[in-house]
Order: sequence, then C-alpha cells, then structure tokens
Amino acid sequence: MDLNDEGSHFELKEIQTLSGHTDRVWSLAWNPATGTDDTQPVIASCSGDKTVRIWERSALTRSWDCKAVLEETHTRTVRSCTWSPSGKLLATASFDATTAIWENVGGDFQCVSTLEGHENEVKSVSWNASESLLATCSRDKTVWIWEVMPGNEFECASVLQGHTQDVKMVKWHPTMDILFSCSYDNTIKVWAEDDTGDWHCIQTIVSGHSSTVWAISFNAEGNKMVTCSDDLTLKVWEADIEGMRSGDDQVLWKHISTLTGYHDRTIFSVHWSREGIIASGAADDAIRFFVESKDSAVVGPSYRLLLKKEKAHDMDVNVVQWSPGENRVLASASDDGTIKIWELATNST
Amino acid sequence: MTLGLINANPIVHAKKERVARCEDSHCYFVRDIRDPEHPYSLEQLSVLSEESISVDDKLGRILITFTPTIQHCSMATVIGLCLRVKLQECFPPHYKVDIKVSPGSHADEEAVNKQLNDKERIAAALENPNLRQLVDECLYSNEL
Repeated sequence: MDLNDEGSHFELKEIQTLSGHTDRVWSLAWNPATGTDDTQPVIASCSGDKTVRIWERSALTRSWDCKAVLEETHTRTVRSCTWSPSGKLLATASFDATTAIWENVGGDFQCVSTLEGHENEVKSVSWNASESLLATCSRDKTVWIWEVMPGNEFECASVLQGHTQDVKMVKWHPTMDILFSCSYDNTIKVWAEDDTGDWHCIQTIVSGHSSTVWAISFNAEGNKMVTCSDDLTLKVWEADIEGMRSGDDQVLWKHISTLTGYHDRTIFSVHWSREGIIASGAADDAIRFFVESKDSAVVGPSYRLLLKKEKAHDMDVNVVQWSPGENRVLASASDDGTIKIWELATNST
Repeated sequence: MTLGLINANPIVHAKKERVARCEDSHCYFVRDIRDPEHPYSLEQLSVLSEESISVDDKLGRILITFTPTIQHCSMATVIGLCLRVKLQECFPPHYKVDIKVSPGSHADEEAVNKQLNDKERIAAALENPNLRQLVDECLYSNEL
C-alpha cells in the first residue's frame, strides 16, 4: 500500500476554499450521515463572528455552497461544533457559556435546546457513540456530562472536577462510554462511570505534555489516541482495548511515541483518519501528515512525516478533520476566516 | 478602574527625544501605550524600550518582551493584551506575535508568559467588555 512505501510522493491538492465567515473560523465538523452514496457531504463551521455556517456540496456542480447561517443565538464566539452520530443534531459550544443544540427541520436549522451551567466560556462539546450522552468543557475547569432525554431535553448527569485549569477539549471514545479531556494544565484525564452510576476520573496523564494539550483523536480501532500540544509535539498513547471492553477500570493509557521536531509553533488540532493517517493543524499555517513507520531499528511503533503542506492557510490552522465518507479528503479552517477542502493524492512520478 | 493601585509609586523616566527613523516607527506606536494604572506611557515607566521589540519581516514574526514595574504585577496580562491589540493594528494580519515578560522580571514568569500567548484565552479576554474598555483606555487616551 502506498502509505508503507516510503518512496511514494504525496501532495495535498486544494479542492475549494469556502469563504463567508467574517472572523476566524475556530472549528468545523463533517456531518457523519452525509457524503455517502446518495447524500452530498455537509460541513458545519463555527467562528469568532458568533455564527455557525452549514455548507453542502452540490450534486450537480460538485461545488460547495453555504446553505445556512445560524445566527442570533450565541452572543459571543462559537468555539466548537459537532454533529450527533446520526447527523440529526448539531451541538455548538460558545464563549457565551452556553451550548446550543440545533435540529434540521425541513432544511431550516432551529435551536431546540440551550444548555446552561458553565461559569464561563465553553470550549468543546462531544457526543458519545450511542448518542445518549453529551459532554462539554470550559475555562471554569469543569467537564459536564449531559444525558439526552426524549423531546430534545438534556439533563446534567455530572459535573466533573479535577482539572486545575481551562479544559480545552472533550472527546468520547469511539466505541465505549469513556470520556477524555485535555487541558491548559498540561494533562489528559480519562473519565468513566462506576457501578453506582457515578462518573469519576480513572486516569490522569501528567507526565506527558509540558504545556497546554489542545486536542485528542482516536484511531479507528479505538486502542490508540494521539494528542497535540503547545509544547510542539504530538504524542501517541495506547491502551488494552479488550481490557477496557470487559469493564476493567485499571486499564491505563500508556505513552508509545512522541513526534518531536516537526512543529515550531503550537499545534491546535490533530485528527486520525480511518486509514491511519494523522493530520495536524498548527499555528505556523501548515498542515502535516504522519503515518506509522515500519522502522525495524526502533523498538515499538514510530511515525514518519508523510507530507508537510506549508502555507495551507494565510494564518493559523485551527482545525483539521478528515471526511467520514470520502477517502483521503480533509477539511481545515483558519484564523484567515476560510475553510479549505483538500485531497491527499499520490503523485505518480 | 481598580481602586487601590497595585503599584502606587512607579519610577517615572523622562520621555526620550524622538528621532524619526523609518524602521523604528513601529516601536513608537507601542511605547506610547498608557500604563493601565498610571497616566504615563509604558516607555516612561521603562516597561518597554527599543530593545524590547524584534521584528522578522521575512518570516512575519514579532517578539516583544516587557518589564512589568514590579515583580508581582497582575497588570502584566493587561499590558500584554494592549501590546497585542496595538500590534494587530500596526502590522498585517498574518504576522505572528509572541509576547513575554523579560527574564527575571516577574515572580510567575512562566505562568504569565503562557497566559500572554494562549490565543483562545486572548480572544475570550478581548470579548469581555470591561477588559476591552480598559485596553481601549490604555491605547487611545489622549497624547500625554
């Protein structure tokens, strides 16, 4: 396969630039239910302009258009957005301390619920795989878990304390109800529910990163995760997935690799593709790709740089996200106010 | 503004003679930023000097170091915000700005530097109307 062939040449082809936001774009999310055989891909993006935009690629022209602007709801920067696994709901997290839930009602996006409780800016929101739980995190140092009830009602199930600083991102494990959070306090925390239904921290990774951890991403199998940080490194962690599945609380995530020397400014985003390619977006305006390297000289897995796309944007890259539907298609967003759609292609030289 | 100043008696220096030099013009923009607590500029309080700013036009990077008037200055983050906003006005948007307190000048040097350069925290702070007003007062108050 070309990823294992170190002689293969890759290039990142720009498919389209999506403009419209009037301030930096902080994050974006591909609708997981779209982009397959008979549905056109849809992306939600959120910005410092306080709005969320919905973009869809036209079946006819194959060009992306902005289908909706969700405004007049959040009163401050919208920092993060994420679709529910079924693609029916969109959750948006804002500096206004609220999380809004949107539903597509006949082409019109309506805010069907507003989650309040955090004391200040909400930074991230994540749905679990079965869509029964939502997690949010904030500069108030807490992580909240919400239960999804019938009729678009959300009930706070737990307020998790433990981080000593601003929590930057929350992410549910792809298959299990285990929650991960990363923070300005340089740690990553793992949270799980015990037999009595109480959520608690089952692991705190403290001696990993030496500065703010900005993002977490899991591989397809869910037995590895990659984190990115202000300390200019990516770190890869592994856990015994079978142990986790059998409900063993003692299963710990262990460090297996650090990718260092590749980035010279803060790495804001990292995303692991189904195929195993790790994409990173950083404050040097570049997007980088890494794959596992079959280097027999090194004990344990190692990763090599597949490609560095310099000047992917004119300013900091805040987010990179692989398309769930199409192979090797990536979306990125930046402080320059744009979203770009890319295709990672091989050069047949 | 705050009641009870953090540093009620700063040492004030005379304003330097202005020599017009093109390449230093950006320095003057930031030197005249008013200190959050006193009706003096950051230059007069020796918070900033010519040596404090280095610009790499090729890479589009700026590094500013400043010296808070006292070791436990909690106004350091406000000064940092003022510097950042001012630089955003003076330089093209793609320039990357790093702001630090000069080594040894603050008790919590590492913690302050981290906060001064967390893009998300800066964005949120500038959305806070009270903080924004304070920054605006420091930047746009009348010629001293």
